[in-house]
Amino acid sequence: MTGAEVLLEALVREGVEVLFGHPGGAIMPVYDALYHRRELRHILTRHEQGAGHAATAYARASGRVGVVLATSGPGALNLTTPLADAMMDATPLVAITGQVPTTAVGTDAFQEADVTGVTMPITKHNYLVTDVNDLPRIVKEAFHIARTGRPGPVLIDLPKDVQNDTFTGSFPEAVDLPGYRPTYKGHPRQIERALAALRAAERPVLMVGGGAQHAADPIRRFVERTGIPTIATLHGLGVVAADDPRFLGMPGMHGTVAANRAIHEADLILGIGLRFDDRVTGDVARFAPNLKTLIHVNIDPADIGKVIEAQIPVVGDAAWVAERLADGAERLRIDPWWRRIRHWQAEYPLPFPEDDVLRSQAVIKAFGEATGGEALVTTGVGQHQMFAAQFYPVKHPRSFLTSGGLGTMGFGLPAAIGAQVARPEETVILFDGDGSFQMTLQELATVTKYRLPVKIVLLNNGFLGMVRQWQDLFYEDRYSEVFLADSNPDFVKLAEAYGIPAFRVERPEELGAAVERTLGEAGPVLAEFRVRAEEGVFPMIPAGGSTEDMITEPPEEARS
Amino acid sequence: MRQRHVISVLVEDHPRVLTRITSMFARRGFNIDSLAVGRTHIPGVSRISFVVEGDDRTIEQVEKQLNRLIEVLKVVDHEGPRLERELALVKVRVEGIEERIELKEIAEAFRAQIVDVARHALTFEVTGHPAKIDRFLEELSNYGVLETMRTGALAMDRGERVIKLRARREAV
Ligand SMILES: Cc1ncc(C[n+]2csc(CCOP(=O)(O)OP(=O)(O)O)c2C)c(N)n1
Ligand SMILES: [Mg+2]
Repeated sequence: MTGAEVLLEALVREGVEVLFGHPGGAIMPVYDALYHRRELRHILTRHEQGAGHAATAYARASGRVGVVLATSGPGALNLTTPLADAMMDATPLVAITGQVPTTAVGTDAFQEADVTGVTMPITKHNYLVTDVNDLPRIVKEAFHIARTGRPGPVLIDLPKDVQNDTFTGSFPEAVDLPGYRPTYKGHPRQIERALAALRAAERPVLMVGGGAQHAADPIRRFVERTGIPTIATLHGLGVVAADDPRFLGMPGMHGTVAANRAIHEADLILGIGLRFDDRVTGDVARFAPNLKTLIHVNIDPADIGKVIEAQIPVVGDAAWVAERLADGAERLRIDPWWRRIRHWQAEYPLPFPEDDVLRSQAVIKAFGEATGGEALVTTGVGQHQMFAAQFYPVKHPRSFLTSGGLGTMGFGLPAAIGAQVARPEETVILFDGDGSFQMTLQELATVTKYRLPVKIVLLNNGFLGMVRQWQDLFYEDRYSEVFLADSNPDFVKLAEAYGIPAFRVERPEELGAAVERTLGEAGPVLAEFRVRAEEGVFPMIPAGGSTEDMITEPPEEARS
Repeated sequence: MRQRHVISVLVEDHPRVLTRITSMFARRGFNIDSLAVGRTHIPGVSRISFVVEGDDRTIEQVEKQLNRLIEVLKVVDHEGPRLERELALVKVRVEGIEERIELKEIAEAFRAQIVDVARHALTFEVTGHPAKIDRFLEELSNYGVLETMRTGALAMDRGERVIKLRARREAV
């Protein structure tokens, strides 16, 4: 067997079925070997960034490890954004990159780049393979590291000569990583303390993040038993169904008033699988000022106590810990607390004017109603992303795929591809912005090539809307370099040029029919909605602010 | 409260492991005052010691972020009684016999050795606690110091306490 064949054999042994990638000189032996391995499906994207985000969404939608292939130098460097994205959003990914032959490494050879050096801070771990006989062990370790603990991307840099070398070793059965032993079982004593603290709390809230996506069953059971007010971060959406009466919405910068006020007044927060990033906390010093007890459940000890001190740290797997909490918990006696929360919910819903203007919120809401929150949603980054988080009623876990930590514009289309490959039977909807879409739109070709029936909902406001919103609020309307409408392509023609049916919607009264038409298409479709440009995402807590600084509705002049 | 900590780290002796660690320190904004690396009696295992300054929260993060690295086997903050040693070589310009005698006296006071002698230069070797080396260098600063090289502090707990590695175990 050659190194390239060994690699594929090792991937098959890890249960890999799909690879996303783009070939090139330094990875050609692998692609040649792939030609003979029919059990591995390869999705050819038009840019390595697309392959990386597709593999990320595949991983998040399926709960498996995403795999991406690229050539050396420019190919590998095009993966840096997806790798950093997967690192931030704790996504299990294995990237395999070709490298110049070991004899040429370090000589500035054609298409050489120090890929292990460059990716060191944006991967959970990486490897440069120098001996073909190490390859099965390295692949096994890479998958183990990617999927366990706080999941993350692992890169294997594979020089071309190693791909061609003859293998004389063996495939290991187990991994042996003495320096890497994530703790899965939370300490029973800490769980006891957590349950006691919950019983004693007057104003408790549960906050769930992306690390709880695999723990939806026990968490839903816990919420059911306790009746605890529940808040989900951007990545926690779907852990608890959006229509659950205990669900208060998203916290933080564009969170609901009820969620943010509840955090502000809470005496206890049970945080599961989240890391309290700055979009959630705002000014850390003023975050949750009435908090007496933070119970912080996270598999990564480094994420506990990093931002907010935890009185009851629980290092362990969200699902394992949530099972124990659900078993041990009882109904909370917190009626007065609920009355307060219900009052905020009634006073501050997430409203938008129902008039003769087409708005992103209404479009997303209409898709939410038509699908019952059952679709698999991906997004770009910007206002449309926040509107999607606020207005799409995510029903199931692993169903809202977005770039949270890195905030990568261009994530949406390749993510929709990866999501559809992972769950071919389900409806995949991409809510994208005109700016974000144009960062990776070449992947329309991938949609066409594999006839992926993704529903592209383009919320075209003609602007880099989110940046415009900040200019509105904090830069006295100086709209510096955010105008796109003068030079946006005709998106309908563009989609059609790729063989994808498309249409444009300009009036609110067309919305119902447009939603029906989009969801009724058997194959892919692009629906362009010309939405109001002056719209802002509210509520908003300005960066570095606190709940007290929350802007609950648009400033007067922006409303008309 | 900011305090000086000496942290020992056992690592797998792999290429770039030191880069991984220093890159993590740089990225997270932790300042390393000194660093020393060497092999240990265990095949494939190296030991690194760092001197870092920081408050409790920072030091906790330093330890946790080190532990996050796959090739890091063990992290120990030497908080109890410990031995700390550093070695330095210092080359000093000497002009006359008077200077030579003065320098020798300073060396004796610090138990430094003169390890090389030339017409216009003396080279000292000194070991000890980093603070002692600081003081030695301060004394010498009144003369013409030409070159200095310090190893960075090494640390070990006193008494019977040792840094133990867990037995290698198969993970699933
Ligand atoms: C790759 C990248 N570049 C720049 C940004 C900064 N940024 C955040 S939102 C945004 C505007 C997004 O515009 P669009 O996709 O049209 O979404 P909208 O806000 O208009 O809904 C920009 C430029 C980013 N997040 N990612
Ligand atoms: Mg836009």
